[in-house]
Amino acid sequence: MSHAVGIAGPAPRTAATAGERPDWLAHVVLGVGVLLFALPVWLAIAGSTQQSGAILRGDLSLLPGSEGLAAYRRVLLNGELGTQPVWHMLLISGGMALVIAIGKIVISLLSAFAVVFFRFPFRRTAFWIIFITLMLPVEVRIIPTYAVMSQLHLISTFAGLTVPLIASATATLLFRQIFAAIPDELVEAARMDGAGPLRFLRDILIPVSATNIAALFVILFVFGWNQYLWPLLVATTPRLDTIVIGIVRMIGVESETDWAGVMATAVLALIPPVIVVVLMQRWFVSGLTEGEK
Amino acid sequence: MATLELIGLEKSFGATPVLRGIDLEMPDGEMLVIVGASGCGKSTLLRMVAGLERPSAGRVLLDGRDITALDPSQRDIAMVFQNYALYPHMTVFDNMAYGLRIRGLPRADIRRRVEQAAELLGLDALLARKPRMLSGGQRQRVAMGRAIVREPKLFLFDEPLSNLDAKLRVAMRAEIRRLQRRLGVTSLYVTHDQVEAMTLGDRLLVLDQGRAAQLATPMEVFERPADTYVAAFIGSPAMNFLPATLAADGTAAALETDALVPFADGRRDGPDGRPLTLGIRPEHLALAPDGLQIVVELIEPLGSETVVHGRVAQGHQTGDQTLVVKLAGPVPATNRLAVWPIPAQLHVFDRATGQRIDPIGDESAPIRLARTAVAG
Amino acid sequence: MERRTLFNGWILPALLVLPQLLISIVFFYWPAGQAMWSSLTTEDPFGLGSVFVGADNFTALFADPRYLAAILRTLLFCAAVASLSMSIALTLAVFADRDIRGRGIYRTLLIWPYAVAPVISAMLWLFILNPQVGLLGRWLNAHGIPWDYNVNGGQALLMVIVASAWKQVSYNFIFFLAGLQSIPRAVIEAARMDGARSWHHFRTITFPLLAPTTFFLIVVNLTYAAFDTFGTIWSLTQGGPGQSTETLVVKVYRDGVVNLDLGSSSAQSVMLMAGVILLTVIQFRFIGRGTNA
Repeated sequence: MSHAVGIAGPAPRTAATAGERPDWLAHVVLGVGVLLFALPVWLAIAGSTQQSGAILRGDLSLLPGSEGLAAYRRVLLNGELGTQPVWHMLLISGGMALVIAIGKIVISLLSAFAVVFFRFPFRRTAFWIIFITLMLPVEVRIIPTYAVMSQLHLISTFAGLTVPLIASATATLLFRQIFAAIPDELVEAARMDGAGPLRFLRDILIPVSATNIAALFVILFVFGWNQYLWPLLVATTPRLDTIVIGIVRMIGVESETDWAGVMATAVLALIPPVIVVVLMQRWFVSGLTEGEK
Repeated sequence: MATLELIGLEKSFGATPVLRGIDLEMPDGEMLVIVGASGCGKSTLLRMVAGLERPSAGRVLLDGRDITALDPSQRDIAMVFQNYALYPHMTVFDNMAYGLRIRGLPRADIRRRVEQAAELLGLDALLARKPRMLSGGQRQRVAMGRAIVREPKLFLFDEPLSNLDAKLRVAMRAEIRRLQRRLGVTSLYVTHDQVEAMTLGDRLLVLDQGRAAQLATPMEVFERPADTYVAAFIGSPAMNFLPATLAADGTAAALETDALVPFADGRRDGPDGRPLTLGIRPEHLALAPDGLQIVVELIEPLGSETVVHGRVAQGHQTGDQTLVVKLAGPVPATNRLAVWPIPAQLHVFDRATGQRIDPIGDESAPIRLARTAVAG
Repeated sequence: MERRTLFNGWILPALLVLPQLLISIVFFYWPAGQAMWSSLTTEDPFGLGSVFVGADNFTALFADPRYLAAILRTLLFCAAVASLSMSIALTLAVFADRDIRGRGIYRTLLIWPYAVAPVISAMLWLFILNPQVGLLGRWLNAHGIPWDYNVNGGQALLMVIVASAWKQVSYNFIFFLAGLQSIPRAVIEAARMDGARSWHHFRTITFPLLAPTTFFLIVVNLTYAAFDTFGTIWSLTQGGPGQSTETLVVKVYRDGVVNLDLGSSSAQSVMLMAGVILLTVIQFRFIGRGTNA
C-alpha cells in the first residue's frame, strides 16, 4: 500500500506489549464491545422474523421468530402505510449516495489539483472561498438553502436532493493535503517525459492517490446514505423518499405499526453502507486517519 | 548527441541572485560535471537547462537551436533525478515506456527500445516489477533506463548517486561512465562529491555561489586550481593555506614564521610585501629536518598512508596556523614533526581575491571565464 | 501551499476550479447571505413581506428563556455524548491495540458501526427502549420501573444521548486505535524498561501521547453532537416531550419549518454559524487539519 507520498505504516507490534495484563481481560472487554454493537442489530434482525401482532402485544424477543423473511418481502414490495415500496427507497438512497460521493470526489479533485499545481490570479481567493464552506454543515443553512432551491425550481428533484450536499470543502482539503505531499521530482519527471497537466492528473496523480480516493468514497457514500434533515426538507413528494426518511414515516400510530416490517426495513437500510465499509475497510481506515499524521 | 551552449545564464529569486552569468560551450558527446558546495547554484543551473526553471537572463542553445523558451517536453532532453522519481504505480517497463507513449511512438518501437535499454542496464529480469520491489541501485538504473530510451540530445544527471550507500556509489559511478561513453550522449552531471566529479567528468565546472570559478579538465583543476575555493574543494584532505607575503623580489614567499619559501617556477609580479596565500596539499609536504616545525595534535593511520594534523610552531609557541600532512606509510607517535613543501607543488594565490597568481609569462594559465575575472 | 513545480497557464486551472466555486456560491454563500439578511428582518403580520428590524431578532432570542434553555441543554447534551462515546471508544481501542488472537476480527466488528445512520441508530434503540414494544422498555415497565420517554423528559434526553453516543463510538475507535498504533515502539519499550506498570503506563505515557488525537476528536464529537444528531432526535422525540430534547439544531428546524418563524430561525442559524466558525478556528489553530464529512 506504499506509494510515492511516503506514508510509513505503524511499526508492527509484537509481544512487546503483551503480558502486562492477562489476555482474557482484553477478550472480555472487546467481546462486550462487540456485543454492544451487535445486539441492537441482532434484535432488529430477530424482530423482523417475528409476527408484528406479537410484537405489539409486547412479545418482542431476541430469538428468531416464525415468519422468516415474510416481512422483508412485504416491505420491499409494498412499503408500509403511506410509504413507497422499500426497493424504490433503497434505489433513491443508493443513487443519492453514489451521486454525492462521486460528485464530491470529482469536483474536489479538480479543484485541489488546480489550486496546488498552478499559479493563477485569484488562486488564493478561490481557495478561501472553497475553504470557508467547510465551516458550515447543511443543518445550519437549511432554510435559506431551501429558499434558494425553491427559486431554482429544484425542490423535489433528484438534483435538489444531492447538489447542495456536494458543496462542502472537506474532500478538497484532504486532496490538497495529499497533492501537496507529492514529491516535486515526480512531477518534474512527468514533465520531462512530456506529460501535460491533464495527462499528469490522469496517468499519475489519480493512480497514486487511489487509496485516498477509495477511502473518501466510503466516507462520502456513508455520508450521503445517512442524510436525514436535508432530504426531509427537499423531498416533498414521497417519490423521492430515501430509506432513512421512509423508515421514520413507517412508525405511525404505534398500535397500527407493522413492527416486523419496520425492523426489516431498518436491517435493509443498514446493509449497503455496512457492506461498503467492511469491504473497503483497510483503505477506509487508513484514508480516514491519514490526515491526522 | 548534440552540442550545448550556455550564454550569460543568470537567475535570481526575487532579489537574491543565485546564478551570475554562466557561459559554457560543450562539444558533442562530452560529459561535463558541475560541482560545488551546497547552495552554489548547480541544481538551479541544471534545471534551467532542463526547462524546469526560467532563467532571469541568458540563453540556452542545444545543437545551435535556442531552447530557452521551450517547455521541458519539447527540448529533447532527458533527466535522471536524485530520488529516482519513478512512477510508483507503474511497472519498470511502463516507467521506461511512459515518455515514449506520450510521444506516440508505435508499440513495437517502444518495446524494442525498452528491451534494449533494459539489457544494457541489466534490468531485463525486472521489467514486470514495481519500483517498491526494487533495491536502491536497481531503481537508479531504471531511472537511467527511462532517460536512455528517449534517445535524447542531452542527458542531465541531478546528483543521482547521493542516495546510495558508499560501495554502491562506487560501482554505479563506473557504470554511468561506461554507459555515457558507449552511448556518446552529451551529458551534464551535477554533484557535490568531488571524487565523483574527478572520476566522471571530461571537464569540470566548479561553481562558487553562483559564479563559475573554473572550467577545466579534472587534472587541470587539481593541478592548477583557479582560486582558493576550487583549491580547497578538490582534493582530500583539503589543501593547506598559509598566509604569506611576496619576498625576494617576487621569487619567494615569506611565511609568518619568517621562513622563506622560494618559487620553483618563476617570478611573480608585485612589490615585496604583497599579501599572498600559499597553498600546498597535505600529500605534497615532505619530512625535512630543518623545515617548518609543527606540533602534532592528531595522527590518523590509514594503513598505506598516515594523516597528521598539527599546528605550526612559532619559536617556542604554538601558533594558530593548522597544517595537515599526508605521509606514506606509518608514522611513529611523536609530538613534533618538521616538514617542507615540495617546491614544484606550491600554489600561489592573491590573499585578497583568492585568485591564482601564475609566474610572469606563464603560457598555460588556467582557463578563466571572462565574466568572472572581476572581484566582487 | 507553494510547490516548487507548477504547470504553466491559468485558463485550465480556472476552469477546473469553477464547478466547485459555482456550487459553493450558489448553495452556500447565497443561502448563508440570505440567512444573515433574514435574521435581521421579521415577517409582517399578514405574511406578505418582511420588515427590517435590525438586531431585534437577536435580542429577542437572548431574552427568550426557551432559547437559553436550549443552549444549556445542547451544551449538556454535547458534553454527555462526547464523553460517553470517547471513553468507551478509548477503552476498546486500548484493548484492541494489544497483540491478542483474533484482533483483526475484533477490529472489523467494531468498525462496521461507522456505517449506521444516526436515524437508524435511533430506530435500533427504539426497538430496545420503546415503552410498549421495546425489549428493555417493556421489561422495565413490567417490573415496576416507570419508563416512557414520550412523557418523561429526562428519560427522553437520556435515550437520545445513548443513541447518539452509541453511533459515534466506532469513529472514535478508529482514530484512537490509529493514534495508539502511531506511538513509536521504542517509547513503549523504554517505558517497560523503566518499570512502568499498566495503569501507570497508560496514564503517564499513552494518554499524553494521544493528546493530539484526543483534542481532534473532542472537536469532531462536539460538532457531531451539535448537528449530526438532528436525525436521531427528530425521529425519536421531535424535540419533545415539550422541549426536553430540543437542542439548538432541532429548535432551528422547529421554528423555521414547523412554525415558519423565518426571522427567529435565521437568527438562530446565524448564532450556530458563529459557534461552528469558532470551533473550526480552534481546530485549525491547535491541530491544523479539517474534519471529515
